[in-house]
Amino acid sequence: MDLYLPIAGLSVNALVIVALGLGVGVLSGMFGVGGGFLTTPLLIFYGIPPAVAVASSATQITGASVSGVMAHMQRGGVDVKMGWVLVAGGAVGSVAGGYAFAALQASGQIDTVVAVLYVVLLGSIGLLMAKEALGAVLAVRRGTAPSAPERRHHPLVAVLPFRWRFNRSGLYISPLAPFLLGLGTGVLTVLLGVGGGFVLVPAMIYGLRMSTRTVVGTSLFQILFVTAATTMVHALTTQAVDIVLAVLLLIGSVTGAQLGAGFAMRIKPEYLRLALAFMVLTVALRMLLGLTWRPAELYSVQPL
Amino acid sequence: MRRIVWLLLAAPLLTAQDKPRLVPDVSQRQIDIVYSFTGAELLLFGAILYPGGRVPERDADIAVVVKGPAEGLVVREKRKIAGVWLNAESARFRSAPAFYAVAASKPLDRLVDARTAAIYEIGVDNLQLSPASGETPEAQRRFERGLVDLKRRSGLYREEPGAVEISEGVLYRARIAIPARVPTGSYTAETFLIRDGRVLAGATKRIVIDKSGFERFTAAAAQSHAFLYGLAAVAVSLLLGWAGGAVARRR
Repeated sequence: MDLYLPIAGLSVNALVIVALGLGVGVLSGMFGVGGGFLTTPLLIFYGIPPAVAVASSATQITGASVSGVMAHMQRGGVDVKMGWVLVAGGAVGSVAGGYAFAALQASGQIDTVVAVLYVVLLGSIGLLMAKEALGAVLAVRRGTAPSAPERRHHPLVAVLPFRWRFNRSGLYISPLAPFLLGLGTGVLTVLLGVGGGFVLVPAMIYGLRMSTRTVVGTSLFQILFVTAATTMVHALTTQAVDIVLAVLLLIGSVTGAQLGAGFAMRIKPEYLRLALAFMVLTVALRMLLGLTWRPAELYSVQPL
Repeated sequence: MRRIVWLLLAAPLLTAQDKPRLVPDVSQRQIDIVYSFTGAELLLFGAILYPGGRVPERDADIAVVVKGPAEGLVVREKRKIAGVWLNAESARFRSAPAFYAVAASKPLDRLVDARTAAIYEIGVDNLQLSPASGETPEAQRRFERGLVDLKRRSGLYREEPGAVEISEGVLYRARIAIPARVPTGSYTAETFLIRDGRVLAGATKRIVIDKSGFERFTAAAAQSHAFLYGLAAVAVSLLLGWAGGAVARRR
């Protein structure tokens, strides 16, 4: 079923895009990640112009996180105060990222920077997750309970001034820490078309030492608003948001997320985390090879 | 009555021409891109009018060139720097056609000499791309080759020798495929009558390729009402996400 994408300016097989959304949706339902780190590279691989892939993937993540945020809200799993601080940082970050995107596009280095960021972020987080998940799997096998990490925030977080109380998360820290964290993920959302959950969640657990009960809900809350802001930034600057592409992806991912959530119930969480780590590392490795192997196309064309 | 008078007045002008003339036409003057657009096929046809209606013994050849709007662009070349493939050098071109296709009744190298080919831009290697940055001629050629090769493989530049049929020496027809990724804009279809490597006559037709209906509306909204378009994209995304969640909770 061929469908013409009005902004991307090409015709795609709609079923392939819906299937892609479905696959990513299943994964996001299983692992609780947005899946932008898979959607964007796969769309580019399919032939969608990179700017359109990044922008439309951000739009899709907004929709994909709605039901999650609502579910966590009802359960009290969202620290709204923390969430707004993160969103404020994310909004500033997405505007800054918009300028960075335009500057990198003009200098022709956007693809390299995107690939390097993917390799560094996914590589390091994948390794951390693999190590942690492997430890948990082995601990369960041996029958010893994994030792609970001590709950003290990172020394860098502790030195920041103006402390606020975040009751839901059980924290008394400076709002600057989550603000800067939000800012960083906001930049990533604009540049990479990812929600940033795979950066936010570990940073909130290991950096801020937030209570795990609110981590996922609050990160989804931030992702919802920041991807919405990113859609606006892309709509206003690169004009690369393809609404048809986003809708196709959403149809798949919304359905897939429900299926994935069902699968997740039946698999042990530590194996789930190990599988996610493996997947993240695979994407990182593929990107690394793309940087170092002789590319299929030595030349690229960009309109003036 | 008046029409006849005009014809009589005009007749000497028509018959006095000792050169042949082309009367070209195209199957579609307007190609609309709608949701189901997967490319189109353009039929270019017409007649060769010889003075006095005498068809010469030796057949002439026809070349048809379809050209898209000219655009300025940057071509970048990747090079391995410190183990990583980076965009290193770049070259600017002021007027590369967004689309270019040539069909002819003979292989191009047997049709015209290099000079004529360059003047009339017949053949993808004869495009006047107007390089705008001061590279050495070798570097310029390298970038030109890179650009043409890339566009050729994406189907935006094509050469179809032998795709023009000439019947009875006076009627010609050619089919040119328009790919789905075709850029929108105003196109020209030029027809050349060629004999002994010289262009005897030429004629031009205009074709407009534009998005239509919902596609046109969306593309226009994204450009001229960027803020509202962004809001609409966010709203649609929120709505679909919410509806998906609601359906799942019902079950």
